[in-house]
Amino acid sequence: MTGLDRPVPVKTASTTPFWDALAEHRIVIQYSPSSGEYVFYPRVLAPRTLADDLEWREISGMGTLYSYTVARRPVGPHFADAVPQLLAIVQWDEGPRFSTEMVDMAADDLRVGMRVKPVFCDRPDARPGEAATMLRYTAA
Amino acid sequence: MPSTVAEYLGVRSNFAELLDLGGASAAGMVWRAAAAIELGICDVVLCALPARYLTPMSDLKPKSLSDAVFFGSSSNQFGSPQAEFDIPYGNLGQNGPYGQVAQRYAYEYGYDERAMAKIVVDQRVNANHTEGAIWKDKPLTIEDVLAIPIIADPLHMLEIVMPCVGGAAVVVASADVAAKAKNRPVWIKGFGEHVPFKTPTYAEDLLDTPMRRAAETAFTMSGLGRDQVDMVSIYDCYTITVLLSLEDAGFCEKGKGMAFVSDHDLTFRGDFPLNTAGGQLGFGQAGLAGGMHHVCDATRQIMGRAGAAQVRNCHRAIVSGNGGILSEQTALILEGD
Repeated sequence: MTGLDRPVPVKTASTTPFWDALAEHRIVIQYSPSSGEYVFYPRVLAPRTLADDLEWREISGMGTLYSYTVARRPVGPHFADAVPQLLAIVQWDEGPRFSTEMVDMAADDLRVGMRVKPVFCDRPDARPGEAATMLRYTAA
Repeated sequence: MPSTVAEYLGVRSNFAELLDLGGASAAGMVWRAAAAIELGICDVVLCALPARYLTPMSDLKPKSLSDAVFFGSSSNQFGSPQAEFDIPYGNLGQNGPYGQVAQRYAYEYGYDERAMAKIVVDQRVNANHTEGAIWKDKPLTIEDVLAIPIIADPLHMLEIVMPCVGGAAVVVASADVAAKAKNRPVWIKGFGEHVPFKTPTYAEDLLDTPMRRAAETAFTMSGLGRDQVDMVSIYDCYTITVLLSLEDAGFCEKGKGMAFVSDHDLTFRGDFPLNTAGGQLGFGQAGLAGGMHHVCDATRQIMGRAGAAQVRNCHRAIVSGNGGILSEQTALILEGD
């Protein structure tokens, strides 16, 4: 049933640099020099300060597992074949957090606070405008 | 829609509003209604919530399987941060995110799954004494809760609300109108609201819920203390929501909620009556009307209309509303006339 394919990110004008870098297996996120804070997800102005000084910076993508859950039932019909799905929140070393999935590891090995590293998952079938690469995580 | 309600009832309304704060909509509607009355815009406000996506259906008029059904309160539309950065990774709906909250709690403060199950069990006793509760005729033990499979670690199925069809409403009125009411008027003594984020991934501190500020604002406005409340009506989409709300509303120390619920009898006849109509975990969650369940429960207790689950000498209550994933929270302090 094509209507229930997994939802795919569609780039916008302000998020394209993130997705295009990801397609090259690099991670770039925004940084606001005036507050000294990294920002995610991409914004037009810096959250909280509304500073007009956001710039893109490459980060390693290394981080820690802030929290997770194991979805034993599908989170929705689009994810019917995804269980058990390891739903994760990763905190990058630079500060911001990222919604993602843990892959290439067993649910029993998940621990809050564990070190994690990026897994770049390419989508060869991506249509123009869609994310060509998804960023998932695994144990470092 | 407010205009449909006005038309159906045949009233000409001076104040019409559709509030979208998820499970906090009900408590949010009540204080907005009070504010509108204080401003002199109107003297009676009907705060009504249908189950919305769970309303009765006919085969002759089938409902389309729209985004609202699949993605709930997350937006899957182009340009939405959820559509781009959360939903594609399965971060949608409620079970997963609340599981993440509970898992983080376990990491920071420890976890006692029997304490979490006890919240369900004590509320079930209340449901067993409440007409209309979906679980009215089914008693429950802690062992029962823990024996049923986990849906999203560490949450068991019965720690998650049961969807049902229904609706709920309250009337907020001016003092003059309330004085003529058949039942004991209930005053809105204080309220507070706090909305800092949408997706828990982006919460500054996931375990410092918006309820801390909402409840503090509400209690300060009311001039009442935590120890003056006779029952608590705490939004309970999940057990972890109850636990965090009790802590952050100031009823127990942060990180000690599990011990608190273990040490107290949370039933209507206990020393800390919680969700005396069963809560949504025991009564059922009729979509957005689930938030109104908590307003109605507290109000009926103070009016003395809670039937077999009546708390003795109930004059004051706190109501909490919770929308999204701890993202939209509202508190009300109610007191009998």
